Amino acid sequence: MAEPLLQARGIVKHYGHVEALRGADFDVFPGEIVALIGDNGAGKSTLVKILSGSEQADEGEIILEGHDVQVSSPLEAQRLGIETVYQDLALAPDLDGAANLYFGREIVRRGPLGRLGFLDDEAMHAGARKAFADLGVDLQNAHSPVANLSGGQRQSVAVARSVAWANKVIFLDEPTAALGVVQTARVLDVIRRIRDRGVPVVLISHNMPQVLKVADRIEVLRLGRRVAQFDARGATVERLVAAMTGGLDGQGSAA
Amino acid sequence: MTEDKVPPNPADDTNGSQAPAEPSEGALWRRLMRTNTAWIFLVLILLVAFFSVLKPNNFPTEFNTRAIATNAAVLLIIAVGETFVIITGGIDLSVGYVLLFSGVTAAQTMNAFGNPTDRGWDLILLGLLVALVSGLAWGTVNGVLVAKAKVPPLIVTLGTLGMAWGMAQILSNGQDIRYIPSLLGSVVGAGKFYAVPWLVIIAALVAAVGAIVLRMTRFGRYTFGVGSNEEAARRAGINVDRHLIKVYALSGLLAGFGGFLALAYFTTTTISGHANDNLNAIAAVVIGGTSLTGGIGTVVGTTIGVFIPAILASGFIIIGLQSFWQNVAVGAVLIAAVFIDQLRRRSRER
Repeated sequence: MAEPLLQARGIVKHYGHVEALRGADFDVFPGEIVALIGDNGAGKSTLVKILSGSEQADEGEIILEGHDVQVSSPLEAQRLGIETVYQDLALAPDLDGAANLYFGREIVRRGPLGRLGFLDDEAMHAGARKAFADLGVDLQNAHSPVANLSGGQRQSVAVARSVAWANKVIFLDEPTAALGVVQTARVLDVIRRIRDRGVPVVLISHNMPQVLKVADRIEVLRLGRRVAQFDARGATVERLVAAMTGGLDGQGSAA
Repeated sequence: MTEDKVPPNPADDTNGSQAPAEPSEGALWRRLMRTNTAWIFLVLILLVAFFSVLKPNNFPTEFNTRAIATNAAVLLIIAVGETFVIITGGIDLSVGYVLLFSGVTAAQTMNAFGNPTDRGWDLILLGLLVALVSGLAWGTVNGVLVAKAKVPPLIVTLGTLGMAWGMAQILSNGQDIRYIPSLLGSVVGAGKFYAVPWLVIIAALVAAVGAIVLRMTRFGRYTFGVGSNEEAARRAGINVDRHLIKVYALSGLLAGFGGFLALAYFTTTTISGHANDNLNAIAAVVIGGTSLTGGIGTVVGTTIGVFIPAILASGFIIIGLQSFWQNVAVGAVLIAAVFIDQLRRRSRER
């Protein structure tokens, strides 16, 4: 297999006396969907927060494309090309899809008006239409505030936002937790399209069947350490659960 | 890494196959409907029609129109600043007394070199500058306390309301300052450009610039974004604290400007005359469809919201009702406006 694009090595994180991560490793390879799973308290969220810059590790290193990097803040992560879509959808509900897509990175007009901060809404709407179409997201009304969209559409806007800016890795934290069946299928489809465009996706999920359906590879955290890596093709729900709960000792199977 | 990810920028898309831009009138209309500006405008039209039919010889006259617009001008200017603040999800209770404070400092500055009655534009400009700086200073204090000290805006601006009021009285010993350059009163305060009072022109310009900044610039976009979801704005890399400080500073600056114009209009500091300015400004903003929970609002709506109480006041006097009824009616309109806003919010939550 190729070199990992993103590697976490020996990440340790304490919260007071609680050891959330005890030397956790994690790998993301180019062009894959890798699922990060684990029981509650296994350290998934902490690991994602550290890799996306919202928290700092006490020990360990993060290697992006072979270089040690310091992910000191979410903004630094974004600068490095790492985007995260959070469970609680960091969208501004009163802004429309295009405004959300470009939120914080607005296109301004050319010339002196641009220097005064005048926005090029035409350009942003056109760019947004393109971005949504590329992901197969159907937004009938691009001018409607995202609060008026369905849960799946909102999730798609959030995903499209990260896809538009991520060029290295996208983390998706429980992207379908709040969605119905049809909408879940759409979002999973969007995730596959992102992978097909070459940007690896890290999927954090509790939903084992979903993980098996969409992921190429699965990494399992337990008690703050990586305990297993699976190729999704050979894995079953039973074996994943066994790894998560400690029924499977030592290193996991076929990686 | 140095290589920037190229955003989906249609400027790079040279194949020209894009769908034609949607007609902006349509988009504007949808936006208007969304912010219930259209409904409140209808109410305004109905009020005008109502009073015009009842008193066709007294209400829809050039004189009365000019009187209504002039009375509303200063309130409109502070309401524009209040609109920005409320869209961020905050509130600025201090505007009325920041206005008074700025009027007092401006008047005192202009009186510092002897009786200013016959003085010219240089002294007037100095007074304007002092008023603007006074307002900006209070606004910045509000913004820093809200953004950095994380004190709720209601409390911060309630505190600075009292402080600005007290300071205005301390500076003036509670006595109105009655001498201002007569040029200021006769030109800015009472003068007209053709048939339109300068005060109305100035207020209209402020409202127009405010509307453009809010709707068309990054500053406006961030104002909506911060009010809509502060956390999302932070994660998007927006310096939320700095933006909030700027918005409160803008509100203070406009209050300072309003203070100078009020000085020109009344030709005195009117220390006891600003008790309700803040609530009138907030009422105008909210009647105009700006949501107290933030993220939604327009300057056009605020403008209409300023004129509804102004028209009620004038209309009630002309049809011979006691003017106190205006307060009753404005209160009812205010509650109705917020009620409609709540209904709208509820209906879109799925």
